[in-house]
Amino acid sequence: MSEGERPLPRALHLRPSALAAVAVGGLLGTSARYGLGRWFPVESGGWPVTTFAINVLGALLLGFLLEALIRIGPDTSWRQVVRLGVGTGALGSFTTYSALAVDTDLLLRDGYLLAAATYALGTVLAGLLATGVGIALAARLGERRSTS
Amino acid sequence: MIVVGVALAGSLGAVVRFVVDSALRARSGSSLPWPTVLINVIGSLLLGLLTGAVLFHDAPAEMLTVVGVGFCGGFTTFSTTSVDSVRLIVARRYGAACAIALGTLAITLVAVAAGLGLAAVW
Repeated sequence: MSEGERPLPRALHLRPSALAAVAVGGLLGTSARYGLGRWFPVESGGWPVTTFAINVLGALLLGFLLEALIRIGPDTSWRQVVRLGVGTGALGSFTTYSALAVDTDLLLRDGYLLAAATYALGTVLAGLLATGVGIALAARLGERRSTS
Repeated sequence: MIVVGVALAGSLGAVVRFVVDSALRARSGSSLPWPTVLINVIGSLLLGLLTGAVLFHDAPAEMLTVVGVGFCGGFTTFSTTSVDSVRLIVARRYGAACAIALGTLAITLVAVAAGLGLAAVW
């Protein structure tokens, strides 16, 4: 095969190393979420504070991680493995949207309208704020690194 | 033992999310991160169905833990939606940011209600 006929690189999501990074991260992120749910159970009808904390913390960490990686260098080699393993795998599966939606609907169904509204909107707004804080923290650390 | 099932199911959910999201983003000409919206909606519909099966048909709670907390939890993601929305805000695309942040919430709530409703009339 001549140089000009080299096949296109395989799409990222078809590479075994990328899939393995996401799988291992997913294992850890899901276990952490499940463990926290067991340690800090919320009774039926209660405000789902555990899932709220998990989602907001995960949103902060993902904002920080992705911004930090962008500042360190291009999305290749170890940076890509970290992004896929820690970001897509671990933080992606640590946080959850389906539990947010189900818990909100169950609160609505049982007539806890205020809890449902504050939980759903509170999670989305706190998540946006947390992501912004994470990005700003990474940006600040990056500036300190480049000026020192 | 159930913790192993939850972890493996969550890992599988994360891998399926990664493959579906990457494949759709590669094909999509849209600048909006709608593949993640779709993933969250499908995962929420599935969790609504499973929750309904346990609530209305006495399906085993272990199934809900493994497939619901594990697979649906690992498949759907809150952090990516939050980052996607903030990136749109940073790009001054406020309408799109609102559509992703509040649209995902609204559609997943409807998806869960549809899942619960389907399970109830099954």
